[in-house]
Amino acid sequence: MKKNNTNKLQKRGLGAKASRRIGNAVIYVVLALITVIWLFPFFGIVLESFRVEETGQVSYLWPKEFGFDNYIRLFKETDFMRWFLNTGLMGVCTAVLQTVFVLSMSYVLSRLRFKGRKLMMNLMLILGMFPGFLTMLLIYKVFYDFGLTEQMAPLGLIIVYCASSGMGYYVSKGFFDTIPKSLDEAARVDGATRFQVFYKLILPLSKPIVIYTVLMGFMAPWGDFMLANYLIHENSAGMSVAVGTFEWLSKTMLNTNYTMFCAAGVIVAIPVTVVFLCLQKYYVEGVTGGAVKG
Amino acid sequence: MKRLNDLEYLKLNKFRAVLYKLQLFLCAIPRFFKNVFLKLIALIVGCGKSIGASFLDIGRTFTRGNWAVKLSFLIFGFGNFYYGQVLRGILFLLFEVVFFVYMALPNGGIHWLAKGQWFQNGATIGTEQGRQDFHPVYDTPYWIEGDDSVKVLLYGLLTIIFIIAFVYTWRLQIKQCRICMDITAKGKKVRSGKDDLKSLLDDQFHKTLLALPATGILAFTVLPIIYMVLIAFTSYDGKHDGYSNLFGWMGFENFNLLLDFGNGGIGLAFGEILAWTLMWAFFATFTNYFLGMFVAIMINKKGIKFKKFWRTVLVMTIAIPQFVSLLYVSRLFDSTGVIGKILCDFLPQSMIDANQQSLWQNPITARILVIIINIWVGIPYIMLMATGILMNIPQDLYESAKIDGARGWQQYSKITLPYMMFVMGPYLLTSFVGNLNNFNVIYLLTQNNQLLNTSLGAPGGVSVTYTDLLITWLYKITLQSTDSPYYLASIIGILVFVVVAILSLIVYNVIPSTRNEEDYK
Repeated sequence: MKKNNTNKLQKRGLGAKASRRIGNAVIYVVLALITVIWLFPFFGIVLESFRVEETGQVSYLWPKEFGFDNYIRLFKETDFMRWFLNTGLMGVCTAVLQTVFVLSMSYVLSRLRFKGRKLMMNLMLILGMFPGFLTMLLIYKVFYDFGLTEQMAPLGLIIVYCASSGMGYYVSKGFFDTIPKSLDEAARVDGATRFQVFYKLILPLSKPIVIYTVLMGFMAPWGDFMLANYLIHENSAGMSVAVGTFEWLSKTMLNTNYTMFCAAGVIVAIPVTVVFLCLQKYYVEGVTGGAVKG
Repeated sequence: MKRLNDLEYLKLNKFRAVLYKLQLFLCAIPRFFKNVFLKLIALIVGCGKSIGASFLDIGRTFTRGNWAVKLSFLIFGFGNFYYGQVLRGILFLLFEVVFFVYMALPNGGIHWLAKGQWFQNGATIGTEQGRQDFHPVYDTPYWIEGDDSVKVLLYGLLTIIFIIAFVYTWRLQIKQCRICMDITAKGKKVRSGKDDLKSLLDDQFHKTLLALPATGILAFTVLPIIYMVLIAFTSYDGKHDGYSNLFGWMGFENFNLLLDFGNGGIGLAFGEILAWTLMWAFFATFTNYFLGMFVAIMINKKGIKFKKFWRTVLVMTIAIPQFVSLLYVSRLFDSTGVIGKILCDFLPQSMIDANQQSLWQNPITARILVIIINIWVGIPYIMLMATGILMNIPQDLYESAKIDGARGWQQYSKITLPYMMFVMGPYLLTSFVGNLNNFNVIYLLTQNNQLLNTSLGAPGGVSVTYTDLLITWLYKITLQSTDSPYYLASIIGILVFVVVAILSLIVYNVIPSTRNEEDYK
């Protein structure tokens, strides 16, 4: 009897192992499939950017002839270089300024207690329910008078990206909330002012969230189309890459500029992706932390 | 209805249990509205009370105060000077001087306020219409400058805000007089200007830190939003742009547009676009949510290798700017695109528009496509988040489940899913709201694809396609419309706010995990 039982158990054990193996194999297949689906467009865009025989869209992927024609055209015939520099400049400035705004807002809301704090948070929650684009109508009018649109649009856009960025305090507040309050209290007992607590104690501990905020600020101008298109108003000198290359895929320009768009996409994607993947660790920390802790 | 206790509830069969839950939910709705109503009343009563207390305090300060305090009811900061707070006194006095000078200047506050003709239905904003005239000598046309309604409204609004700030400051400095009186009565010293400056880095550190971001939000979000809400009550559009033609106050007349359900009416268009917007947000959120979690569970399963590699592959869609990836993908699915061509060959002809042969030109396939491509964009975010949560699920739960004989699927549905639902509940709301306003995905995917227009005509002077959300409609009205009815854009914005606010209210009241933020410390 006993022997029989152990045999059975062994059998079942083996069965479980085998089924786990099959399960894992299925998962590997699914993951491989996902990898193909996720990377396919990126391979596609790189391949098409090297296509020489045709500047429009064709329904096969592999170029018949490889070459750098599209890239050469991109820098020689268009303002792409200017757009690229504009966006880069916006990215760097936004990264720095937005970090200052967001971090000071979230630090205050997370670690300091004062009258009206709850009210402020509720107000910002309500304000956040309005579509952000609604504010642009007035901002455009005012910026137009100050000369911050069209070729000066990058400057105006930096202001727009940064000024209200304090409202996006949620993720970094979630991070600050996890630093034990007893640290502050100990420092306060030792006679540190609140400024010293912030500057000498909390800031050095907050490296991940600082990097996360910088990264987010840097990425914002590259991906934004809505606000940028409105302020730039079709002035080539002030365009960002998103606004500039968008037109290339319209019906009228598709036949001449399609492969050039792919080349532009590759050039834009490389620096941004490299920066992002290098700092991926901090991004993941920010995203997961923000979701779990609110 | 009768409430069951836990034991009774567990005795119900599955169907009954679901029915019971549904009943509970339906019964909760009237209670929810009652609660909201009661809360509102409590809020109004609370406000009234605090204003009353404030008046009482002002009166008491006036009767108790000496001559200096009494004088500071007229001259700001006089009480502060009297008690030795020179710095505060100077600031208050400066504020008062600036206020009165601004109000009294020939084109200062009063001037702008009067020109606005606030809320007088039918009246124009600004009184002098600019007009074309001919030069008497050269006989060339030139423009006689009149008022610009946009500016009149803006300066008027700023003046009103300034007046409110003035009243608040008046109250503030009276309160400070009272505090000084109390302190000196106790025989202590009041704070000097030096102490004030020092405290900006200590007790009042929040003011220092908030100064910059709060000013930014006030100037670039609060002010424009109030302004745009006002625009909803005016006739601001392409023809009445304020400069060449003054625009005026319309009252609630604009909102009647929404009730226009006739053919080509705004009401009909609004209803249809809102329905699609909600449908889109629902599908976009939940497909991403479940599939993202599924992918996360697969990657994090024990025994799966190269975890980091799989994650990095998915994260690529976050790293690469959306305009590159989305615009390219939108072309891929076009009839001439690599994937679009294959799909067109395989799908039954009835799915594809007979003339155009493009997936983007069939309302149903276009809508399905944006949802599917959004899965491609959205899964990575959920996957990252879910990975973080999965690592936090206590392992002993799984061990005890294994001992009880739960299989993989049971473990998933009884432990993993409920736990994640609980933790990610609030995030679902944020992502739902984010999708309601998901401009990038919809606009970048569909704008260059000459989509089939809806049968709605051209609400707001723009052609609306089957995939347009409220936010893209708003965007098109401000940028591409033939007569740019900005007031309509503003109304749409307000309605988006109303939809989001109602949703959030319901969700926050129904989901129990509205967590206490202090719990995490």
